[in-house]
Amino acid sequence: MSDKDKKRQEGWKQLPTGGTILEGGTAKKYKTGDWRNSRPVWNKDKCINCLRCWVYCPDSAIILKEGKVAGIDLEHCKGCGICSEECPVKPEKAIKMVPEKQKTEDRGQKTEKSDS
Amino acid sequence: MRQKLAITGNEAMAYAMKQINPDVVAAYPITPATEIVQIFSQYVADGEVDTEFVAVESEHSAMSATIGASAAGSRAMTATSSQGFALMWEMLYIASALRLPIVMPEVNRSLSAPINIHADHSDTMGARDSGWIQIYCENSQEAYDSLIQAVRIAEKCLLPIMVTIDGFIISHAMEVVETFDNKEVQDFIGKYKPAHPLLDVKNPITIGAIDFTDYYFEHKRSQIEAMNNVMPVILKIAGEFQKTFGRNYGLFEKYMLDDAETAIVVIGSTAGTAKAAVNNLRKQGKKVGLLKVRVFRPFPAKEISEALSKLKAVAILDRSAGINAYTAPLFTEISSALYTQGKNPKAVNYIYGLGGRDIFVKDIENVYKDLEKIAITGKVENLINYIGVRE
Ligand code: SF4
Ligand code: SF4
Repeated sequence: MSDKDKKRQEGWKQLPTGGTILEGGTAKKYKTGDWRNSRPVWNKDKCINCLRCWVYCPDSAIILKEGKVAGIDLEHCKGCGICSEECPVKPEKAIKMVPEKQKTEDRGQKTEKSDS
Repeated sequence: MRQKLAITGNEAMAYAMKQINPDVVAAYPITPATEIVQIFSQYVADGEVDTEFVAVESEHSAMSATIGASAAGSRAMTATSSQGFALMWEMLYIASALRLPIVMPEVNRSLSAPINIHADHSDTMGARDSGWIQIYCENSQEAYDSLIQAVRIAEKCLLPIMVTIDGFIISHAMEVVETFDNKEVQDFIGKYKPAHPLLDVKNPITIGAIDFTDYYFEHKRSQIEAMNNVMPVILKIAGEFQKTFGRNYGLFEKYMLDDAETAIVVIGSTAGTAKAAVNNLRKQGKKVGLLKVRVFRPFPAKEISEALSKLKAVAILDRSAGINAYTAPLFTEISSALYTQGKNPKAVNYIYGLGGRDIFVKDIENVYKDLEKIAITGKVENLINYIGVRE
C-alpha cells in the first residue's frame, strides 16, 4: 500500500446518511481490477472490431477510440472472460484469457495496473 | 370537522392512511391486515387520495416497491401482518439501513407452524433488531393517533416505523374513534422534503452501494446513533400532538404505578384487560399498578427501569415466546435494563396468549396474587410461567 492509500478514511460521523453516495460516476474510482485471476489479452491484428466484447463486458472495461477497440482497462476488468467467450474470431479468438500467474508482456494494451 | 366514528382497528388505520394521503402505497393482502389496504385501495379507486397504488405479487415485493418509492423521494407506506411480514424480512433491514422514512401499519399475528391467524407478537418481536422504530397500540384510537405521529417521527429521524395493533382483538373490533379533519392531519404532518431523492436527475446519487470491510461498520454505527436519537423526537412530536389534538402519549403509560408495590408490564391490547384487573384489586385496597410499553424500539430502558424501581415485585407479560432464548423478548429487555440501571425489584416472566388464546381479567388477577407472594417471600419460584395453556 502506498502512503497515498493510507490516508485516514472517514469516521462514522462524517459519512452521508444511509450510505448514500452523493455524486455520480463513482464506480470509476473503485478499482476492481485486483480481483482478477486471469486477464484478457487482446490481439489487435486478429480483431475485426465487431465490438461484441464491448457490448457484453459487464464492467465497461473494453476501451474504445473512434469506434474501434483500443485496449482493455485492467483497473476495472474483473477477468470474467465474457469478452473472450463472445469474440467471434476463429480459429483463434482475438481476446484470450491468460492466468495472471503467467502474465505476458501484453504490449498494445492499456495496462494501468502496476505489476506487482 | 372532528368526528366520532364507530370503526374497527383496521378501519382506523386505513382512515389515517387516507388522511396522510401518501404518494405511494404498495401492498399485498394478508389476514388480519387485509382490510387496511383493501379499504385504502377503495379510497384510491374513488379518487379520495392522490396515491399511486401498486398491487404487488408478494410482501417481499411490497416492501421492495415501498423502498424504491421512498428512495425516489415520495412518502411511501405499506401494511402487513405475520407471514407477510416475515416475507418482508430481508427488505426490512434494507429499508432501515438506507434510512428511508417508511410508515407501516402492522397487525400482530402469530407465525406458522401450526397455521394460525390470531394475535400474538411473534411477528414484529422477531424483527425487533431490524432497525425499525416500533410502536405497539392498545386500541384503535391509539393506532389512529400513533399512525399520524409516525409520519412525523419517521421523516424527522429518517428511519422506518411500524405501528401495530393486535390481530382481530383490535383489528376487527369496533370501537369509537375520534378522527380529525383532513386538513388538520395534513397541517400536522406537513410536506415531506427528502434531502436526496433518487429521481432528482440533476443531482445523481447512488443508494445501496456495496460496502465492504472498509466502511460497513461505520455505516452501521451511524445507523445505531440514528436510533439512539429517536426517543426525544417521539416525545417532542407527542407533545405537539397533544397541543393540537388533546391526547397525551409517552414512551409508555403508567397506570396506578406511582404508589404501587407490585405491577405488571404488558404490551398491546392486554393492557386494557390488565387495567380492569388493577381497578378491581385497587377497590380491595391492593397497591397494584401497570406499565404499558408503547415504544418498544428504541427501548426506553432507563425510563422504564426508573418507573419500576420502587416495586417489590414485577411481572412481565410476553405475548410471544423467546423459544430459544433464556426468557421472552419483553422480559429479556426489561431485566437487562433493570440490571444495568442497578434496580432490582423481583421480576418474573409470564408467557400468554400465543396464537390468540384469550386472556381474562381473572388470569391477570392471579398474576397479581403470585406477585403478592413474591413480594412477601422475596423468592421467585418459577422464572417463566404460562397463562392459559393446558398441561
Ligand atoms: S474479462 Fe470480463 S471484465 Fe474483463 S474485459 Fe473481458 S468481459 Fe470485461
Ligand atoms: S469481440 Fe473480438 S473481434 Fe470483436 S471487437 Fe472484441 S476483440 Fe475484436
